[in-house]
Amino acid sequence: MKKWQCIVCGFIYDEAVGLPEEGITAGTAWADIPEDWACPDCGVAKADFDMVEV
Amino acid sequence: MSHPIIIIGSGLAAYNLARELRKLDTATPLTVISRDHAGFYSKPMLSNALAGNKSIQQLVMKSAETMASELNATILAHTEISAIDAAAQTVTINDGRVLPYRDLVLALGADPIRLPLSGNGAAGVMSVNDLDDFAKFSAALEGVKTVAILGAGLIGCEFANDLLARGIKPVVLDPSNWPLSRLLPAEAGERLAAKLTEAGVEFKMGVSASAVDAIEQGYALTLSDGSIVTADLVLSAVGLRSRTQLAAAAGLTINRGIVVDRQLQSSAAHIYAVGDCAEVAGLTLPFVLPIMQQARALAATLAGTPTVVKYPAMPVVVKTPACPTVVAPPAIGAEGDWQVEIADDGITARFVGSADELLGFALIGAATSQRQAMAQQLPPVLV
Repeated sequence: MKKWQCIVCGFIYDEAVGLPEEGITAGTAWADIPEDWACPDCGVAKADFDMVEV
Repeated sequence: MSHPIIIIGSGLAAYNLARELRKLDTATPLTVISRDHAGFYSKPMLSNALAGNKSIQQLVMKSAETMASELNATILAHTEISAIDAAAQTVTINDGRVLPYRDLVLALGADPIRLPLSGNGAAGVMSVNDLDDFAKFSAALEGVKTVAILGAGLIGCEFANDLLARGIKPVVLDPSNWPLSRLLPAEAGERLAAKLTEAGVEFKMGVSASAVDAIEQGYALTLSDGSIVTADLVLSAVGLRSRTQLAAAAGLTINRGIVVDRQLQSSAAHIYAVGDCAEVAGLTLPFVLPIMQQARALAATLAGTPTVVKYPAMPVVVKTPACPTVVAPPAIGAEGDWQVEIADDGITARFVGSADELLGFALIGAATSQRQAMAQQLPPVLV
């Protein structure tokens, strides 16, 4: 399980935790997040920016 | 070869515009001019960098050299602009060189507002508005036990929460009655204050500092009610004012920010503004979401497809882990009332208009999980 950080706003996506309120279950790998997903904090699209491994 | 697009500034607005532009146009020469080191970093991360134990080096995600190579751009760091000649389409930099541009983008940012303070310690009051400021602030925290924070807005509350991670006691002063008073209804603001207080923040509401004096150790602040608070360090976080001096000197129309149209063009042809320095449809919004909307629209325009900027509903996340908070304030002047639901684990506040339509919201604690669902019901800010 890895963590990924939005380089624009600092939001951290933790694969182990997922984003249950958005229907992304715990354990969902970054690669399996839909391409039309947007950063919940800054709205930047997944395809639009780099996530860096924390 | 055509003259370059010149971007002045290297913050989030500048670099996100450059990145968006390069997705659409890889050929036009691009120059980024910055008065600082021009490394890429995330300004929103500065207000929770202490808890994350981030060093200054870690906060710089990409150096100016890396950005230059990724963007295929010329980056002039530590370079100030002394003048813009809108008619000649040139900028003059501080070594006297005159650089022509095809299009000029002002991404100058904003300056922290400084309250008029008397006292011999007023000059020692710090503010954090960029990475260099943060480096100074962070270094000054060595051995510090208390920090007085002027202003209980977003930045004041976020820094207060973050200082707790260092075992430092923040004392937050604000003339209003509850934190984030311009964004939150009273019940929500009071819950935020209670949670942060529980975590170790001290609030002194209904007062402001009038004088800051240096004492043997740290500072003594004289408050508007005559009382005195002492602290090892003082941080001012009372808001931002768009940087407009350069644009004003070039004859551009200025109001609160550099006035631009929906295509982000200023009153002068070939000069645009984005980010904290820009005023779009009367709005200066120093947040990430509008900046990203601007960057995409202007990138398209500069790449040959004139595009107006649109703002969807843009909830703002307040980075106070002691009390998760999301706000989507109603438009200025919107008519309606707050309807507040209070639960033990959170607060849901809806700002509702006369036709029972949702115009804004504030969510505290567990209620923040409704953010997305509620944001979808909000009207866009700029259609």
